[in-house]
Amino acid sequence: MVLLTLMAAVVIGIVRVRNLFSVVVLGGIYSFLMATVMLVLDAVDVAMTEAAVGAGVSTVLMLSVLYLTKTEEHVPQHTPIVPLFVAIVTGAVLVYGTIDKPAFGIADTPMHNHVGARYLEQSIPETGVPNVVTSVLASYRGFDTLGETTVIFTAGIGVLLLMKRRSRKVDRSSDEEQG
Amino acid sequence: MNLVQEILAHYNHWITIFLMVAGLYVVVARGNMVKKLVGLSIFQTSVYLLYLSPGKILGGTPPIIGEGYSGYANPLPHVLILTAIVVGVATLSLGLALVVRINEAYGTIEEDEIFETEEQFQPGEDE
Repeated sequence: MVLLTLMAAVVIGIVRVRNLFSVVVLGGIYSFLMATVMLVLDAVDVAMTEAAVGAGVSTVLMLSVLYLTKTEEHVPQHTPIVPLFVAIVTGAVLVYGTIDKPAFGIADTPMHNHVGARYLEQSIPETGVPNVVTSVLASYRGFDTLGETTVIFTAGIGVLLLMKRRSRKVDRSSDEEQG
Repeated sequence: MNLVQEILAHYNHWITIFLMVAGLYVVVARGNMVKKLVGLSIFQTSVYLLYLSPGKILGGTPPIIGEGYSGYANPLPHVLILTAIVVGVATLSLGLALVVRINEAYGTIEEDEIFETEEQFQPGEDE
């Protein structure tokens, strides 16, 4: 609970700070806090992934982009009343929706009695893997993982195309300078 | 007493909603592209929290089967969120590559300056 409050505080910082370098560092702190919260929520595999990918790779990517661009954000010209209004209304509707949700941490909710319970019971007899997250990821939902790989592949191709075009353009301009 | 219990029972949902709304606000209100992407990833992580927090059972353990343990957390949201984290980084890197390209084409990553540049070039192209 303390961690969740800390996370909210960090997010307020991210919204208010204008120096993008600080924003990225705060984003790293936020990701590590999120990984700790996931550890508390018994999601150990997800916590490891978030610490490595969310706090590590994302921060490095953001910092390299900041190196290539600018690190200071401009002051917005128009006051953000409409986005604030939209955000507050959305938040109020969502909070109203949570009132009927089951309380935190109880075991007899619908989500614990259907497919999740079946995975937990049948994982050892059917796959022999004690870590249920691994068996679901690689065996029961293997096609999901294949689709995920496709998405990453597509994103990688996209990044490569964007960057390749850039280097060719740089080459051309240097050719023109030489010619 | 009852009110305190009620607040504790839904605190995770409310923080999730706060993070989601903050991410939405950053995406809509801020003109800087990098800031927009940070807001987008905050929105995304709030969804991770939304999925993971109902899967927790108080007094339970992580979903690794072992003798002497009962009451495991639900493994299915963990799997879905593992996929979501990796896909999120892939889309984030694509967005950042686009930001780098925009910075090269326009010399800025601020939305309003990009619009100004567009308007300066628009009449010449029409005529």
